[in-house]
Parts: sequence; structure tokens; C-alpha cells
Amino acid sequence: MAKKVALIQGNEACAHAAIYAGCKFFGGYPITPSTEVAEVMSIELPKVGGKFIQMEDEIAAMASVIGAALTGVKALTATSGPGVSLKQELIGYACIAETPCVIVNVMRGGPSTGMPTGPGQSDVMQARWGTHGDHAAIALVPASCQEIFSETVRAFNLAEKFRMPVQVLFDEIVGHMRERVEFPEPGELEVIDRTAPNVPPAEYKPYDASKGDVPPLASFGSGYKFHVTGLNKAADGFPTTKAELVDAEERRQISKVTDHVDEIEKNEEYMTEDAEVVIWAYGSTARSARYAVNELRKSGIKAGLFRPLTLWPFPEKRTAALAKQAKAIVVAEMNLGQMIYEVERVAKGACNVVGEFRVDGEPINPGQIMDKVKEVL
Amino acid sequence: MAYDYEKSIRPGKLPHIWCPGCGHGIVMKGLIRAMDSCNLDREKTSIVSGIGCASRLPGYMDACTLHTAHGRAAAFATGVKMANPDMTVIVCGGDGDGTAIGGNHFIHACRRNIDMTYVIMNNYIYGMTGGQFSPCTPTGHKASTTPYGNPDPIFDISKLAIGSGATFVARTTAFHATQIDKLIAEGIKHKGMAVIEVLDDCPTTYGRRNKFRSVVDMMKRLKEVAVPVQAAAKMTAEQLEGKVLTGVLYKEDKPEYCEMYQKVIERAQGSAS
Ligand SMILES: Cc1ncc(C[n+]2csc(CCOP(=O)(O)OP(=O)(O)O)c2C)c(N)n1
Repeated sequence: MAKKVALIQGNEACAHAAIYAGCKFFGGYPITPSTEVAEVMSIELPKVGGKFIQMEDEIAAMASVIGAALTGVKALTATSGPGVSLKQELIGYACIAETPCVIVNVMRGGPSTGMPTGPGQSDVMQARWGTHGDHAAIALVPASCQEIFSETVRAFNLAEKFRMPVQVLFDEIVGHMRERVEFPEPGELEVIDRTAPNVPPAEYKPYDASKGDVPPLASFGSGYKFHVTGLNKAADGFPTTKAELVDAEERRQISKVTDHVDEIEKNEEYMTEDAEVVIWAYGSTARSARYAVNELRKSGIKAGLFRPLTLWPFPEKRTAALAKQAKAIVVAEMNLGQMIYEVERVAKGACNVVGEFRVDGEPINPGQIMDKVKEVL
Repeated sequence: MAYDYEKSIRPGKLPHIWCPGCGHGIVMKGLIRAMDSCNLDREKTSIVSGIGCASRLPGYMDACTLHTAHGRAAAFATGVKMANPDMTVIVCGGDGDGTAIGGNHFIHACRRNIDMTYVIMNNYIYGMTGGQFSPCTPTGHKASTTPYGNPDPIFDISKLAIGSGATFVARTTAFHATQIDKLIAEGIKHKGMAVIEVLDDCPTTYGRRNKFRSVVDMMKRLKEVAVPVQAAAKMTAEQLEGKVLTGVLYKEDKPEYCEMYQKVIERAQGSAS
């Protein structure tokens, strides 16, 4: 049988991917340009016995997602910049309570209401540092409708595997663009479920580090009684202010990500082997960058593209290596310079790092990137 | 024989954090008796709270407990109940948590008529943060942030719940300890959103500032203001001045949210008749 193929928006692909990954709960609040994710979920979820609820605001949506996730289901919410800002306190809650869930942010411009129908890439630091306190973050940045499908599935897998919130960020251009999407067959993409405890209920500790960096998570209603809180806590889930316990928990929750960067990191490199100038770009901007690389190569300029699919944790090793190899890195992004700080941080002055930015609601076009490359050479 | 509360409390979790004289412990005992009288399976019971002194209650209870963020308990609880309608969901927390920061979630949980029991401990003040005024602090009274007397009008929590669509609403006080469990039990058995408001006392941050010389004074006041709805029906407006009605204030049978959503699933799957 031929594979199901459809001409759909990135936002729609995201919703179908969530269903593919086994998502059974969506809690949301409408905001452009993310709304189609909710709309498709409201159609598809009940068909598979899942639940869709439009909550009274984004905070409630995030709360419902965490509550649902604790009963053992895979849960999703989708929003855009201002909505993510509202969710931040509870994203932190999902971090400390180690609750798997996926947050999609279809990025618009900003700050504030900004340009609801215009694209932006200005929430990339919000995805890293938006909530308060120290915590790990995983954020993925797909650049095409097909990739939104595969990366959304990957986001659920990472959320379940590392017991934490995972964000998928795409800009309005990819969210609203229609492309041919091939639906993978069941089993074609890996789908991971969280590890359930194998100890008797009386012995279960939801944050027991002796069970590994990512302790198994029981579901409410499955026979395990346990306590979940946003307070710093000990292995049994109950609040503690004992310095050594708090310190160990905080560090474990970060190292469970930093010690597994190789499993989480995913990048694409195009003609970087001999590149003298590397364009560092993600999302729809990377599509323009790829075009620019081809054009520059035609005129004899050794340009290459580094495109992270995992933005957080930051792709430090490859970025540092490329900085040593290249004369310059051009960071292209639809904001006034956010990821460039990270690139500069790991380049440590090994090469010239320059930015090509845009915040007027127009995409960064290949010509702009080409001009910048020629300027720095 | 004395009632055995300990069997419902998590081993090793006492003493609790509440101050001497605080009514929150009376409400917890009422909740334990209510859960017992309803024969709740604790593995299938989720007790959800926000942040505040009252919201610390779930930590002591032997069940699936969820201590969330300030004000968000009803929204977390909605996710729990929707995702697993087999669970009994009980929400508890303070007046500030439920009607200030969480006011929006509270009214929408009432509106949906989702099957949960919300026990709201109204001690007229923000206890945990040291006695700032809440939407339930009586006008004119003192709090740490209303040193000249509170200019704000109050929320009547029970009226708010009725107006928002809750289908079971009851009120009692920490003084009327034996009524607490009966009303909570009735709320648990009710299919739909049940709100039980318990007028409570905070001697440390409210009483002290408002010239209640002792906990006994505060309890006496709770006893005096409470008028059972049945008795109130025979009283004049003058007699009811400054009184608060207690007992079951409202009860109605209406479709419950998770059941409504089940119909959505049936329609989507094409099996609705
Ligand atoms: C977002 C947020 N804002 C403020 C606080 C601080 N805070 C903690 S408890 C509380 C008030 C609690 O009062 P109430 O809900 O009436 O409960 P009580 O302590 O009186 O039982 C506040 C304002 C917080 N934890 N989180």
C-alpha cells in the first residue's frame, strides 16, 4: 500500500506527528500563528480516544498538560511567544517535577503582541532561560513540514526518555507553509515511552537517583501513591531544605541532559568540509542559507551551512570545531542577535563571528546572506 | 474509640507546618473522615493543591498527591481528571490561592462542571506570605498590606462558585468540625463540580492584627456568624445582617464535563447513535 502523502501546513504536520507519537492529551489556548495545531488536535484526538481541552488561558493549558502527563499519558500544548511567556512558571514546574510533556512554540515577532502573523526566531533564549531557576532545556528547531513531523515525534521521545518538558520551536514561515509530507508507517519512526517502575508500590520513590539519572515515573491511578511538588525535594518527592539533598537533585536534573548531549544533539552540515565561511542558521532561515551556499559556491566562494536541529542543549562541539576551521561564521536569525551569543561563547575568538539579523516580519533572503559573506571574507 | 486519623496520613510526615490554633488541621481531619466514609481507594484518589499554608495539606495525605504552583490547582486537577476520569479528584487550598491568582481557573472549573471536589479554606488572609490581604479579607480589616484598613470589597466564594456554574456548593466553618466531613463527603459523591467553603481562622497573621485576643475568640466568632440555611429561611434581613449561611447552599444535576467529552469521542469515532 502506498504511503499516505499530503500537502499540509507545518502546524498540521505537527499535530499529526503528535498523534503518531502516541499523544493522548492536548491542553491549549488559541494564539496565532500556532492555532492550527490545536484545531487539528481537536479533530484527531477524540478519534483515538484522546482528550482535547481548550483551557481558559495558557497557564491553565500548561497546568492541564502536566496534570494529564502525571496520569501516564503523553501530553502536548502549542502556543506562540506571549503564550510561552505565560507558561514559563509551569515549564519550570515540569522541569523540577520531571514531568514529560511537549510544548510547541510557533514563533512570531515581538516582544509582547508583536506581529501575530509575521515570523520570528526571537524566542530561542526564552526556550533556554525563560523559566526561573537553574534547569536543563531541550529545544528542537525543524525547518520543513516533513521535519516538523519527525522532530515532533523526536520531541515526545526525548520528553519521555529524559522525563522533562521539551520545546519544539518553529517560525511562522514553516508553521504556515504547505509542503508535501509523507506520513511514516507505524513503526517506521521510533516511539519511546517513559520507563515505569518495577518496584512494589511501597518501595517506589519518584526521584530515586539510585535508579539512574532518569528515575522511572509511575502514573497516578496505576496503584502507586506518591507526592509531586514544585518545591525542592528529596528522592521520595517530599520537600526538603537539606543542602546536600537539594544540591544533588538540582545537579542531577541538569546532568541528565548535559551527560547525554550526544543522544540529544542533531545537526545538519552542508559543504562544511572545506568551508572558509560557515553560515550558522536554523529554521526557515537555514533554507535561505542553503540557497546562498549554492550560489556562493558557483562564484568560487567556499561557503558552508551548519544547521542545528537541536538548539538546546547548544551544539557546542561542532560549533567550536567549525570556528577553528573557518575564517568566519555568519549567524543568520530572525531576531536582533540571540544565538550569536552562544556561537561567540564557544568560538572563543577562534574566528570572526558576525550576524545577519532581521526583525521586520520578512524572511531573511539568500541575497542578504550572500552579501554578508562577501563582506566578511 | 477514638477515630484513627494516622492510617490516612503518610508515615513520618508529621508534625505539619501549621501554627498552633490554625484551622487547616481541622479541615484535614474532616477530609480524612470524608474520604473514609466514601470508601475512597487512595491509589485512585488525587489530592491537588496550589501554594499556601492550606495548600500544604496534600503532602500529609496518603494518596496520589500533587502540590502545584500558586493558584493553578484547579487547572492541574482538570488535566488529571480529563486524562483519567476513573480517578477521584479533590482540590484543596486557600482563599488567596483559589480566588485571587487562581480565580480564573476556579470559575472555569465550576463552569465546566468537571467532577471534582474543591475544598477551599477561607481564613480571610494570605497566611504563608505573612498576612497580606486577600480577596476575602473583610473591608476595613487590617492586613500587613492594608495598615490603614482594607479598602477592597470581598468575594463571597460560595456565591462566586454558584454563579460560575458549580453544581454543588456548601459552606461551613472550622468551628463546626463535624459538619466538614459530611459536606465534603456529599461533595465527593456529587457528580460534577463541588465546592466546599470552610471559614477558617488564622490566629498568627489575621487574628493578631484584628484584635482577636485568642484562638478561642476567633472560633467563637465563626460559631456566631454561621447560620444554617434552614434557620436563615425563617430570619429577617435585619437578623441576618453580618451572618454567613452554612450548609448545602446549592445543588443541581447537570451533565458532567468528562461525560460530555466521552460523547465527543463517540461522535468522532462514529459510534454515536
Ligand atoms: C506566582 C506566585 N506568586 C506569589 C507567591 C507567594 N505566595 C505564596 S502563598 C501565597 C498566599 C497564600 O494565601 P492563601 O491561598 O489564602 O493560603 P493560606 O496560606 O492563607 O492558607 C502567596 C501570595 C507564589 N508562591 N507564587
